[in-house]
Amino acid sequence: MEIRPILASLRRHRIPAFLIVLEIALACAVLCNAVFMIGQRMADIHMSNAIDEQSISVITLNGADPDHSASDIPRNLAALRNIAGVEDVATITSMPLDTNAALNSFTAAPNGKSQVNSSEYFLGSGAEKVLGLHLLQGRYFNATEYSDSDLRGFQSTGHVVLITQSDAQRLWPGQNPLGKQLYSGETGWTVIGVIDDVLAQEPAFNGGDGSHSSVFFPLHPRVELNDYILRSNGQDRDRVVQKAAQLLGDLEPGAVVEGRTYAAMRDTYFANNRSMVWMLLLVCVVMLAVTAFGIVGLTSFWVGQRRRQIGIRRAVGATRGHIMHYFQTENFLLSTAGVVIGMGLAFGINLYLMRHYELGRMPWYYLPIGAFVLWLVGQVAVLAPALRAAAVPPVVATRSV
Amino acid sequence: MLAYYLDLAVHSLKRHRMLTALMVLAIALGIGASMTTLTVLHVLSGDPLPGRSGSIYYPQIDPQDMKDYTPSVEPPAQLTWTDGMYLLHSKRATRQALMTGGMVPLQPAQSSFDPFHASALYTTADFFPMFAVPFEYGSGWGAAEDDSKARVVVITSQLNDKLFGGRNSVGQIVRLQEKDFRIVGVLGDWHPNPHFYEWYMGSYASDEDVYVPLTTSRDLLMEHDGSVDCWGNTGGDPSRLETINCMWLQFWVQLDSPASVSAYKDFLLHYSQDQHASGRFVRPPNVRLRNMMQWLDYIKVVPSDAVLQTWLALGFLAVCLINTVGLMLAKFMRRAGELGVRRALGASQRALFGQLLMESGVIGVAGGLGGLLLALFGLWLVRQQPADYAKLAHMDTTMLLATFALAVSASLLAGLLPAWRACRVAPALQLKAN
Repeated sequence: MEIRPILASLRRHRIPAFLIVLEIALACAVLCNAVFMIGQRMADIHMSNAIDEQSISVITLNGADPDHSASDIPRNLAALRNIAGVEDVATITSMPLDTNAALNSFTAAPNGKSQVNSSEYFLGSGAEKVLGLHLLQGRYFNATEYSDSDLRGFQSTGHVVLITQSDAQRLWPGQNPLGKQLYSGETGWTVIGVIDDVLAQEPAFNGGDGSHSSVFFPLHPRVELNDYILRSNGQDRDRVVQKAAQLLGDLEPGAVVEGRTYAAMRDTYFANNRSMVWMLLLVCVVMLAVTAFGIVGLTSFWVGQRRRQIGIRRAVGATRGHIMHYFQTENFLLSTAGVVIGMGLAFGINLYLMRHYELGRMPWYYLPIGAFVLWLVGQVAVLAPALRAAAVPPVVATRSV
Repeated sequence: MLAYYLDLAVHSLKRHRMLTALMVLAIALGIGASMTTLTVLHVLSGDPLPGRSGSIYYPQIDPQDMKDYTPSVEPPAQLTWTDGMYLLHSKRATRQALMTGGMVPLQPAQSSFDPFHASALYTTADFFPMFAVPFEYGSGWGAAEDDSKARVVVITSQLNDKLFGGRNSVGQIVRLQEKDFRIVGVLGDWHPNPHFYEWYMGSYASDEDVYVPLTTSRDLLMEHDGSVDCWGNTGGDPSRLETINCMWLQFWVQLDSPASVSAYKDFLLHYSQDQHASGRFVRPPNVRLRNMMQWLDYIKVVPSDAVLQTWLALGFLAVCLINTVGLMLAKFMRRAGELGVRRALGASQRALFGQLLMESGVIGVAGGLGGLLLALFGLWLVRQQPADYAKLAHMDTTMLLATFALAVSASLLAGLLPAWRACRVAPALQLKAN
């Protein structure tokens, strides 16, 4: 296809051509950034969390009497275990993504500095089994470590700790973390095991790459162990949660009881992200539709203006295919110009957002994806007007409008 | 004259229904999306205490050790118990209140209710007069109740409706954390947004249920929620928050004149210098005294999602406008013949320009109407969202007028270039071509 006549004709219609290029450029810039944001939100929504999310339910107990916890907690656990369908029960201080963050910074050397805050989890006896943690190296806590560990100022008085794989690699890159000392200030704990990555209680607060920075300590029955975690078979989790909450409410009359499945907790945490994804998708689709209609409108106008020329070309031997290709190539040239400017604009907008809104850098491959989508939209939009142009009969050339 | 232009515009728009519909739709979509997000932003960045916010200030001092210190560091957002109590009891401002939030189990006397968690604000006596909190029944408590750790409570009208069916409940007893508290006041309709004085419990639509004296809450070790920022490895033991190096309290003061503002800033500086000299503060004195709106701006109370959505919608509006410019250009240029005839019959270029702009204006008004409907629908969609600010998304008169102003000015702007191009037709050439 010869493109010189197309360029010559575009030069005579500078303003409409410029408008199409500008519209495609802006649409491309907005599209790239919106799709990038969708990608980031989706990555957050699907963040890995190495616990058995689908089998766990959580019953939170607040306002229990701290003086009787040592005897109340084993009694409550025994009662919960008797509910039909419950496979195992334990206690823990808080759960991943429950936003009830207990943060502390840990380092490989005493009194070190850290950019990352780690989430602290205190496990009641047997919680590792209920959670379904994946042990990668070392061992879990033994019975004496559970019974001898207390809390002072929300720090463990025990001597052992479990860490996640991310933290092991961050703190001791390339080394065996087992037997190493993990410090907070001057206090140290011996790492006895490494587990697969468990999410923090509120990943947004951990800083840096700390969303999987979680440390686990053993704890003997104390009032702080206020999350009762239940493992049950998938189908009747809702019934189990209801039954368990009712049972705990009867056993602890003054306390406030709230029961949820873990899957529901995770959904709640990411609900904002999910609605943002839908919003972004909606804007993208509507914007592409508007761009497409704009192209249809302007190209139709062009076709209408050039009926006579088209007729003459047909009369001197151009086929319908030639006429169609003419408009398709024209659109392709305009889209290409728009997309090139748009990719530059998208990059600039991303830099601005990065500086002001804690957004990451957009990976380069979002740019060609955005470009390709707009090319496609342009070609689809130009199809109808191009077909109409191809249908112009050669006889038009002999009539005066 | 204008009526004639209007008549012409409507006539022309009717002739090309498809194209007119496309232009109106593009404007309506762009305006609808922009006004939805701008309304949300407008609601979120509003003044929670109109008329009063200018004289409410948030003092900050820096008591931390040298860990992570840089000369330009901002002082922390909260105060320790020691500093907070000192500033409170110094009474250097017209009014001052120290506060923090928490949850407290509430055991209703009526057996029909299960115990539930009431969200609580633990504060001091001046809170109510300083923020001009309206009361339906009774009043707040006084300094004497603060000092004696009295078991008194102020409840919101919602809680009063729930527990006492909206009757005057002053003097009645509610049980908080298994202790009896006497109700001294029931709040009127008071929902400041943003929830400026205690933002850890949620920045929007997060009214408390009960207000309890701060001293009482510590006496009974009521559950404290919010950020506890500690330094120097003292740990964050919730039962010893008064004595350890932790910052967990928010402090607001009322300062009525510029002179008192600068005097208060000097007071903060002198206090920091004294503490630095005595060795309790390790860092060099570092104080701030922001007024309420500056403070809300500083803590970035408007969620960045809402700002991002607004940028996105404005980008979308730009695409829609360029689209409209293109369509109008196509439409006006196609009427070159008609315009040439009118020029030849004596219409001036100005008159043609006016006629064409009137057409853009009509499209703008129609697009504005459509945009308004879309914005109302958009706001309804926003209200279905899970975010804590979602419930607040309602259109007010300002934004309603802004919608129309934006729609009409945007479409006039979009019409400028096409109208200018179209009215420059050479009449003779057009007539000859016909």
